[in-house]
Amino acid sequence: MKGDAPKAEKCITKFFPPFSGVDQHRLMSSRKESTSTSVAAMASTSGTLDSPVKQIQIEGLVVLKIIKHYQEEGQGSEVVQGVLLGLVVDDRLEITNCFPFPQHTEDDADFDEVQYQMEMMRSLRHVNIDHLHVGWYQSTYYGSFVSRALLDSQFSYQHAIEESVVLIYDPIKTAQGSLSLKAYRLTPKLMEICKEKDFTPEGLKKASIGFENMFEEVPIVIKNSHLISVLMWELEDKSTAADKHELLNLSSSNHLEKSLQLLMDRVDDLNQEIVKYNTYSRNLSKQQQQKHQYIQRRQQENAQRQSRGEPPLPEEDITKLFKPPQAPPRMDSLLIAGQINNYCQNVKEFTSQNLGKLFMAEALQGHN
Amino acid sequence: MSVFGPVVKIHPVVLASISDSYERRNEGASRVIGTLLGTIDKHSIEVTNCFSVPHNESEDEVAVDMEFAKNMYELHKRVSPTEVIIGWYATGFDITEHSVLIHEYYSREATNPIHLTVDTALQSGKMNIRAYVSAQMGVPGKTVGVMFTPLTVKYIHYDTERIGMDLLQRTRLATTRTKGLTSDLSQVGGAAARIQDMLTTVLAYIEDVLSGKVTADNSVGRFLMDLVNKVPTISAEDFENMLNSNINDLLMVTYLSNLTQAQIALNEKLVLL
Repeated sequence: MKGDAPKAEKCITKFFPPFSGVDQHRLMSSRKESTSTSVAAMASTSGTLDSPVKQIQIEGLVVLKIIKHYQEEGQGSEVVQGVLLGLVVDDRLEITNCFPFPQHTEDDADFDEVQYQMEMMRSLRHVNIDHLHVGWYQSTYYGSFVSRALLDSQFSYQHAIEESVVLIYDPIKTAQGSLSLKAYRLTPKLMEICKEKDFTPEGLKKASIGFENMFEEVPIVIKNSHLISVLMWELEDKSTAADKHELLNLSSSNHLEKSLQLLMDRVDDLNQEIVKYNTYSRNLSKQQQQKHQYIQRRQQENAQRQSRGEPPLPEEDITKLFKPPQAPPRMDSLLIAGQINNYCQNVKEFTSQNLGKLFMAEALQGHN
Repeated sequence: MSVFGPVVKIHPVVLASISDSYERRNEGASRVIGTLLGTIDKHSIEVTNCFSVPHNESEDEVAVDMEFAKNMYELHKRVSPTEVIIGWYATGFDITEHSVLIHEYYSREATNPIHLTVDTALQSGKMNIRAYVSAQMGVPGKTVGVMFTPLTVKYIHYDTERIGMDLLQRTRLATTRTKGLTSDLSQVGGAAARIQDMLTTVLAYIEDVLSGKVTADNSVGRFLMDLVNKVPTISAEDFENMLNSNINDLLMVTYLSNLTQAQIALNEKLVLL
């Protein structure tokens, strides 16, 4: 069951699954589950997706595990990550289980990771859990997940497994009242660019990538088997915790402050990138000018020499004289722009919610 | 020796995991067993994680894959070093003799392990979730037997878990209504609708009491008084001011973020020219 494992830049190392496509084990196991109730979720995707995965179906168990993992291990640290297991059915990606990744504390994590992953998958196979890698999940802090590391990891995943996704779990937003879980994939255009590693402005222009078509969001559906539904009924009966209704909480300034702070930082970063790009284009145009002048002077000289009867000076290689300045890679600014976009979206969602709540409070007062 | 042992607090993820392993069991196996992980307090045991262990059970013998159990525990420890083995679980209604043997094994791993049974076959129409701890019984000097004493089981969850569970609870209702997993205002609308439902129930009760159908209950009356008094009495002017300043803040932030988005879109277009 060994497969080669090309390493991603930072965190997740990938592992080629022993079977690709439909998991044979699942067909053999006596799973007493059939179609069951589900809640469909429409995310705000821009039009239809032309990717092999149109919808993601997650089991309740996976949701609970992700929440638990963050709750127990994620306080204070940057992100918690883990691997998603499942299978692909038609154009749906079903995520049936997951396991968390240990944190990066020691530096000998490289070898341990691959081994940990392989051990885990092997063990899970014994208990008939789907062991096909279909993606990975990560927690995020106030929505700041668009980073180089994520891009690289997702690229290597998607490169090996066509249908993989990255699930972003936002614990702070969830704590405010409603589960915030989003699934993203890289658009095919971005995949092309990452493959070529051509991050110059010309390359990006050719592919016409804007920050809006870097990631595509895939709608998520949560599905539970019948047995789990029975479990839900039981717990509903027995559970004594009172509803807390955090969703209707009116205090907003803390959250807004933090979001805006992060937004400002990002805008500063983007600013720097833009300055870099501006200096580059200025240098380029200056160089063009110099080239022009040089060519003109040469021509003049040659004309003079010809008039004097001397052989013309050899045409020197222009490009050797004027080395073109290095075009700055645009990938970072693209990522930053994408991140800013994300922040803005989150802020807008948050403010619209709060406006609604404020109007409700007004109505309550009015009746008083 | 205390009659009531420690209270067992279970997280929903454990039960969901157990049900899932039951659904994925091998052909011919009638039940599934596995290890429970968690933390031990003075008077309570909190079960936060679990994993299933392959085992074979026949009429007269039982074989559990110990290697596997040890391995999985090591792997799990890497992720959450604070979890320890606190017991084991089995699906099914009864405790068989095999359970005793398995329990003995687990007593080597953990001090005083607990045994959890989850009736996934729904023999009694409900999913009985029970926990036991073993106690010695019998006449001293003669054959000593083992008795399983039941413990109280409670369900606890973190806040975020509860919110996740809320969403999962809604999958029970077989409707084809699409509910936004991420959309903003409709969530607030949903919460408001729920409160409205609760208010109608309370109003119906009050009507009944007023018309004499139901006898008034003083404690409920006190709760209602609390409820009504919770809406703070602020002078209309002050409230207007507060409301307006808050709304202005939010609108300004919305405007700023829209502006930023327009800015980066413009930047994009310029670069790609």
